[in-house]
Amino acid sequence: MIEFKQVSKRYGTKHALKDVSFSLPTGKVIGIIGENGSGKSTTLKLIAGLAKPTSGEISVNGEVASRRISHVVSYLSESDGFYPFFTVGDMIDFYQSQFADFSPAKANEILSFMKLDRSQKIKNLSKGNRGRLKIVLTLARDVPIILMDEPLSGLDPLVRDSIIKGLISFIDIEKQTVLITTHEIEEVEPILDTMVAIKDGRVICVQDVEELRMQENAGILDWMKRVYQEG
Amino acid sequence: MGEEFNPSKPIYLQLIERISHQIVRKELSAGEKLPSVREMAIQSGVNPNTVQRTYSELERMGIVETRRGQGTFVTEDESILSSLRENLKEQQIIQFINDMREMGYTDQEMVRGLQEYLRKEGGAKA
Repeated sequence: MIEFKQVSKRYGTKHALKDVSFSLPTGKVIGIIGENGSGKSTTLKLIAGLAKPTSGEISVNGEVASRRISHVVSYLSESDGFYPFFTVGDMIDFYQSQFADFSPAKANEILSFMKLDRSQKIKNLSKGNRGRLKIVLTLARDVPIILMDEPLSGLDPLVRDSIIKGLISFIDIEKQTVLITTHEIEEVEPILDTMVAIKDGRVICVQDVEELRMQENAGILDWMKRVYQEG
Repeated sequence: MGEEFNPSKPIYLQLIERISHQIVRKELSAGEKLPSVREMAIQSGVNPNTVQRTYSELERMGIVETRRGQGTFVTEDESILSSLRENLKEQQIIQFINDMREMGYTDQEMVRGLQEYLRKEGGAKA
């Protein structure tokens, strides 16, 4: 379980998160939604232990989130930190050398699903294929928590579709919890169990999406338009 | 990824509807195995949890049964299948009648309209 207790995060004088408390269910696909600059990426970085809270506490499966939390958390960054001179295969071998839970067999399976080739040089990959490679690396780890920061942003519709399909195919929902931040709400909406809505550094709700549809006759996008435009 | 879902209606209900229609159209026959939860999730582009909920609900309704270690199957109970067929018919009729009434048509106009349409269509087919 992921739990935030009165967490604030300040970058200089700017508040990214303000006194946020919530806990997240396990075995779900969870979407973190909100406008640009609302604190979505900061939330993921805090869970991944890549940023430290200014105050408050974050725990992941009972363990305080620090840099060492990476043994239970797989994190996909919005930017890509690949060495251009690596091949796809080198990158996979590198991941395997860094994470004991990395499964080369699963990586190969996802690679072929994504139609990537181990011998391709990373500098020659299209943006779409770099996006796909990030998915391979993130999902090939056998960890309880997977964090994905904007996995679809800037990619064409076919790549987005293959990434979403890859997610459904390769996550083990009985053992894994997935958190995704995204602006591509319409595309991600059918695969989300839960949404976390963030606005101006505050979590305004953690909501089961099917319940939202049942109670309000509204999807995430309708709901956002209503809530976020009220000001 | 198949047809899109309406994002403002619970997806598991839409999936129940789709599967029920497939059964009534005999695309899925009595006793036939449904795709596994993961296969169905991939086919329809939804979360496996949603498919699991769909299957549990269909099971509660008696439309499918889960056999341990084998998967989920369409029921072979004819009475359930024929009542499913009746239910879907009734739903369509209710929908039609409500829409027509809302536009101000009388019951007689509806019946006459249907009869006329079927006659013409029958004539065109023959």
